[in-house]
Amino acid sequence: MSSKVTNIVVAGLGGQGVLKGTGILADVALRAGYDVKKSEIKGMSQRGGSVTGDVRFGKEVFSPMVPNGEADFLLVLEPTQVEPNRHLLRPGGVLITPEAINTDTLPHKRTLNVALLGALSAHLPMPEDQWLESLRAGFEETFFEGNKKAFLIGRKSSQARQAS
Amino acid sequence: MKNGKLLSGDEAIALAAWDAGVALGAGYPGTPSTEILESFSELGGHAQWSPNEKVALEVTIGAAFAGARALATMKHVGLNVASDPLFTSAYTGVDAALVVVSADDPGMASSQNEQDNRRYAVAAGVPMLEPSDSQEAYDFTLAAIEISERWKIPVLLRVTTRVCHSYTVVHPGGSKGAPKAASFARDIKGRVMIPAYARLAHRKLRQKLAEMQEWNESCQLNRVVPGSEKLGIITSGISFMHVREAVPEASVLKLGFTHPLPMKQIIQFAKSVKRCLVIEEGDPYLVEAIRAQGVWVEGKPDMYRFGELDVPRVRRILDNDVSPEPTKPAGKPPQLCDACQYRIVFESLRKRDCIVAGDIGCYTLGVLQPFEAIDSCVCMGASIGVGLGMRHVLPSDQARRVVSVIGDSTFVHSGISGLVEMVYNPPPNGHVLIILDNATTAMTGHQEHPGTGRSLNHEPTNKLVLEDLVRAVGVKRVHVVEPRMGSEEFDRVLTECLNSDELAVIIARRPCILIVKQLKQYEQRGQNCECDPKGANVEQGN
Repeated sequence: MSSKVTNIVVAGLGGQGVLKGTGILADVALRAGYDVKKSEIKGMSQRGGSVTGDVRFGKEVFSPMVPNGEADFLLVLEPTQVEPNRHLLRPGGVLITPEAINTDTLPHKRTLNVALLGALSAHLPMPEDQWLESLRAGFEETFFEGNKKAFLIGRKSSQARQAS
Repeated sequence: MKNGKLLSGDEAIALAAWDAGVALGAGYPGTPSTEILESFSELGGHAQWSPNEKVALEVTIGAAFAGARALATMKHVGLNVASDPLFTSAYTGVDAALVVVSADDPGMASSQNEQDNRRYAVAAGVPMLEPSDSQEAYDFTLAAIEISERWKIPVLLRVTTRVCHSYTVVHPGGSKGAPKAASFARDIKGRVMIPAYARLAHRKLRQKLAEMQEWNESCQLNRVVPGSEKLGIITSGISFMHVREAVPEASVLKLGFTHPLPMKQIIQFAKSVKRCLVIEEGDPYLVEAIRAQGVWVEGKPDMYRFGELDVPRVRRILDNDVSPEPTKPAGKPPQLCDACQYRIVFESLRKRDCIVAGDIGCYTLGVLQPFEAIDSCVCMGASIGVGLGMRHVLPSDQARRVVSVIGDSTFVHSGISGLVEMVYNPPPNGHVLIILDNATTAMTGHQEHPGTGRSLNHEPTNKLVLEDLVRAVGVKRVHVVEPRMGSEEFDRVLTECLNSDELAVIIARRPCILIVKQLKQYEQRGQNCECDPKGANVEQGN
């Protein structure tokens, strides 16, 4: 296992599912045997303001916060939140935005966040079945099939892009 | 990492309290402390919201006097409210463990100040522990219980937003000692703080602190991470994590038991390294205490006293870099929900150019655009006193425009005394108090309070009826209005009250739109429940 810590920031607006997204990310990293830390600022956030959540995983993680300019991945759930958070990415870091997904292919519009997680997953070392386990555990069982479809759509689109 | 659980610091404190058999947890909701009692309740623990932090601490003092382990939780400013019982409970001591959690908010993610409550440990003379992550939040809660029972004293568990709300891996080790059964043992000299007994108690407290300081010198809650002799860092809490990442090569003295401080160990460490730096968030608490011993240690430049520390800031402190920090692009600020019915209240206040003494809650957002209809916000409950003070001294044309605005939970927390003041010392032109009753403690995440008629776990209990209370205090002009978009009723009632020159209370009542679904479920649960709250002396049921 590499000693390098992987830094992910998820950004959006209050109520959009930022914290749910970081929850799934942290869970799958834990299942894969990494040390994980997840940090978020709640409170005023649920009143529609900007929200970011940090997930860091690796052999040993100290600070729970991703330092500015050191995010390997920035996952943005809301197009207006790209610019305010771009400074968090390291040079060469990967930005994933809703544009990465063709929403017409999704089982439901609200599965967009899960599809974005799928797109991110293609860059990360955790195996597909662990992602699906985390998705199953993180939502009500009735949402699983829809989420699985959306996740795989995102994952494949990202894999295809990397291959091309 | 296998078998570890990913828990927030708050959840870890709750789990430790549960594992240690804490019999009663009480507090008042406040970011970032709220989830401790909610998690404790979900685990099966007996957890209660009190009207405010002072009452919560008093309830837990009672439990600890009676021989049961108790946990009081609050945000940093909540400890101001609870400071009265805190200071004297340090004198009385406790029979079983009492852990008081102060959740500080450096950087003010969701608070009105960034006070550093480590100062309270010194001022009150209570021991203090500071965890750095969720594992330590778990372990230190257990340690706090042990220390509390060994020295028969309340212990302050001081956490910060990043510890409370970060999720890190926890391996719960379980509690070593089982709690004893609650039983009352009379100790009049120890617990009745008349001056004659309090004088004895103060001496006893100082004796305990001296013993704890000696014990702390070899306590496992502090540890040295060996490293370079050139650079040593003394730190505590979340700062430790930033330090380990920013300078992995440094020697680090990581303090967990931070009052009374293990001074011999600190001095020995400081002398063992060429350059010794103290890295702490907030006030220069450690650095001042160490320098007072005549030992020179470097502190942080003053600019880093403001806000949270993080890895880049720690690097800057190490480099003594005081150049301006990069500014972060502005995000979208929070706001009153688009469909919030209370928007019309602020529109009415704005339209009349009212002078608005505001309070703490969602409605504080009425200060932002497009309303800009709040003129002051100091602390919980302050709207009423501040509004009255202005009414007393302003020329009457201005005084008549002064209005106090407070939420339901905040009113119960500490607005009731303000209301009594209003009736007792009425300003010449009367006063108008608006209670925004959205049936929940909304801003902190929709917790119950005495006015909702439901307890912490949403089960029915006795309900405080605000209009009955207001009338009982002696206010004659009391209106209950439903704020609705498109309705002129609130506006009309406000005009009437402002023109009356009398004391008036308007209760603007409509449940928060974000909890309409939950409220239906709670009501159904209440109807299906056969419980009959004892001592219910109210007209309305749940």
